Amino acid sequence: MKITLKIQRFNKEKDEKPYFQEFELEAEPTDRLLDALMSVVTNLDGSLGLRKSCAHGICGSDAMVINGIERLACKTLIKDVADDNNSAITVEPLRCMPVQKDLMVDQGRFFETYRAVKPFLINEEPADGKERIQTPEERSRFDDATKCILCAACYSSCPVIQEKNPAFIGPAAVVNAARFLFDSRDRGMEERLPVLNDENGVWPCENHFNCTRVCPRDIKVTKNINLTKREIKNYNVQQ
Amino acid sequence: MKHHYEAIIVGAGGAGLYAALEASKTAKTAVLSKLYPVRSHTGTAQGGIGAALGNVEEDRPEWHAFDTIKGGDYLTDQKAAQILVEEAVEAVYHLENLGLPFSRTSEGKIDQRRFGGHTRNFGEAPVRRSCYAADRTGHMILQTLYQQCIKNKVAFFDEFFVLDVLIDGKKCNGVVAMELATGEIHTFQSKAVLFATGGFGRIYRITSNAYASTGDAPAVLARAGVPMEDMEFFQFHPTGIYGMGILITEAVRGEGGVLLNRNGDRLMEEYAPALLDLAPRDLISRAIITEIKKGNGIRGDKKIDDYVYLDATRIGKEVIEKKLPDIAGFCRTYLGIDPAEKPIPVQPTAHYAMGGIPTDIMGRVLASGGGDIYEGLYAAGECACISVHGANRLGTNSLVDLIVYGRRAGAEMARFVKEADFGSMPASADEQARKKINALFTGKKGKSRGDIATRMQEIMMEKVGVFRTGEEMKRAITDIRRIREEFNDVRVEDTGKRFNTELLEVLELENLLDIAYLTAVAAKNRTETRGAHSRMDFPERDDKKWLKHSLIWLDGEKYKIGYRDVDISLYKPKARTY
Ligand SMILES: Cc1cc2nc3c(=O)[nH]c(=O)nc-3n(C[C@H](O)[C@H](O)[C@H](O)COP(=O)(O)OP(=O)(O)OC[C@H]3O[C@@H](n4cnc5c(N)ncnc54)[C@H](O)[C@@H]3O)c2cc1C
Ligand code: SF4
Ligand code: FES
Repeated sequence: MKITLKIQRFNKEKDEKPYFQEFELEAEPTDRLLDALMSVVTNLDGSLGLRKSCAHGICGSDAMVINGIERLACKTLIKDVADDNNSAITVEPLRCMPVQKDLMVDQGRFFETYRAVKPFLINEEPADGKERIQTPEERSRFDDATKCILCAACYSSCPVIQEKNPAFIGPAAVVNAARFLFDSRDRGMEERLPVLNDENGVWPCENHFNCTRVCPRDIKVTKNINLTKREIKNYNVQQ
Repeated sequence: MKHHYEAIIVGAGGAGLYAALEASKTAKTAVLSKLYPVRSHTGTAQGGIGAALGNVEEDRPEWHAFDTIKGGDYLTDQKAAQILVEEAVEAVYHLENLGLPFSRTSEGKIDQRRFGGHTRNFGEAPVRRSCYAADRTGHMILQTLYQQCIKNKVAFFDEFFVLDVLIDGKKCNGVVAMELATGEIHTFQSKAVLFATGGFGRIYRITSNAYASTGDAPAVLARAGVPMEDMEFFQFHPTGIYGMGILITEAVRGEGGVLLNRNGDRLMEEYAPALLDLAPRDLISRAIITEIKKGNGIRGDKKIDDYVYLDATRIGKEVIEKKLPDIAGFCRTYLGIDPAEKPIPVQPTAHYAMGGIPTDIMGRVLASGGGDIYEGLYAAGECACISVHGANRLGTNSLVDLIVYGRRAGAEMARFVKEADFGSMPASADEQARKKINALFTGKKGKSRGDIATRMQEIMMEKVGVFRTGEEMKRAITDIRRIREEFNDVRVEDTGKRFNTELLEVLELENLLDIAYLTAVAAKNRTETRGAHSRMDFPERDDKKWLKHSLIWLDGEKYKIGYRDVDISLYKPKARTY
């Protein structure tokens, strides 16, 4: 089928401000949007900037705003976003992060918030040369949060970061903290508390659920945030 | 800009990160990666990491070693395989201790499942050896290792593309890289460099590999005069999603899925009566293509791009959702089907490079078949050839390889840099890289790179694929030579400096073309059938003549071929049946 991609372009080296450019091309309804974008890059305009790698929704490279919603281009099929009347598919870079070029954004702060929550197992007890025992039930408590691919879709979609408080650490950082807080092997609550319990930590979240809606890994992001809030409250009461 | 580090690690997948953790304990270390580390292809590994923990049934490292050697059709270096399987056990426990969230048994131990070619008691029956975290084991390994690098404050240069290596005689003094954000050329002077740039499945049209799997290190090193080993052995995984190549892990068959032809018959009954759908990959890929050629594919038109069914419906919805959730997701997203209800259309997909940069068991790069090495030059992970996978890798053995040999290489670098000195670094060290880039911006644009890439991938798919003949490979070599020439006329249209992804892709294409060329030449050279290298015109394994590794040197248009002995000190080569 014939499709039109309406892509936001911006290259600091030559453009004063972002603008939209349209490309018409042939695509199969079952093609990935990433396939279409790569066809633009290889056949129509090599200067179009975007990141990609795995092409099947695992590496987190190609989150972008597609028809107004954060999605992975490689996990979006043409038929999901275009109808037969050749209405244009709009493609824009993620929000809340500075645009580097076209569809590439600077994820520096996003990764900073990730590092800030100490996303590694904290446990100094010796392990006796074998595995630490963990029951399937204990393992399943944090399973959801292990799926995060750090694509930043949630961060981009968050109304709090967009409109109220750009200093909020954002959904993904909390999910990655939850990944460890609910791991029976972890002992790191205290070390993570200064970041999580900060006024820009978990508390700015207002339960808009945008993050949960856009997460390409179907993580219950808001639920993880609320569970983390509760865990912090419980911990503070106990202390 | 110029940088000095004792140890440089190129690549932030499983192998590079593990080496970095080890080396950075004592050496001043930096990791250079063209992708953000968490975007590396290790993250896509699904099925598991093999280690004889014996958590659910009896298992022993020596059985694992035997399977690895037999699986590699006796081209595996046997002591290297022994190290792999013995250190695997400790490595898996170590990963768990670092936080890796393995799936658990009811007693809370690491759970294990069946995988192709992994057997109990030297081939008797399938054994549960693959340690897994649902079907995202690689994602968890990559995350865990990156998290440890954050914890240990390892220095990263993210989105730095290495395009040249500085080798003086037989000593490596550093690398030259381009920073994506600025287009600036950086030189990194070092005492030791480790290359861990992953695979190069992108030489083929249908592949499970990422856009970034372009064989950069093998190509850069080959152009610098380093030989490549066993390039003729490229693994096709039997079950890629039809038309797309996206991998459907062998764990689907480990959990009970089976392959069906158009008559609804379990096709593996004919080809591997004992291990059936859990036979090694080379065998199953050949079985599928043979069925297709007989007209037993689902379309039945005998065309090479026909497909068969992977029936996972018999596994049951509950197990699928619990143990294979991502696979179920891929099927829903890309095929619009629920694998618990409908069979998955699959075809062989180019998956894993057994060949690559020759190394010894400390990760040191070999300069010849005689065992002499390059000083300060190391390789690990998929781009390296130790060789623990021989002519065909078993599933779950790559992740083990990353961890075990990534660690060994990192430790050896740390030891080495203590006593080594920095080599000399001429002011013109980056000249070659600059010249190459300038040339890509100047002059008249000739060929389209898209067209060149497509042709290369199709030639490799058709002529240097699962089944090969001398005639066809000869044609492939001629064709690839021609497109390598055409590549000289490719130009980068985007003349900007910042985030010039087009420039990057052109440089990657050059690497792919060199690797495709070496693969085709090495494949034509080996006149026997062994493991993944299957020749219709030489259908038998020929130990008398070919029980040896091949080495190939690139020299512009030309090449040179040499050989290296295989270590068969543990198990005598036998016929390989399953
Ligand atoms: C879909 C899939 C599933 C798999 N499942 C399994 C499994 O279940 N079990 C198993 O054992 N194996 C599996 N494998 C194989 C295994 O995952 C890979 O072989 C392995 O992860 C490769 O790791 P690596 O560290 O060598 O390279 P990669 O993880 O590919 O990393 C390469 C790194 O090098 C960097 N790099 C590359 N070129 C350059 C350059 N020019 N300059 C700077 N940096 C560069 C990249 O940025 C990246 O960080 C699977 C493979 C695939 C494709
Ligand atoms: S929580 Fe979901 S949307 Fe947010 S970064 Fe992780 S995977 Fe992406
Ligand atoms: S390219 Fe990896 S998530 Fe889309």
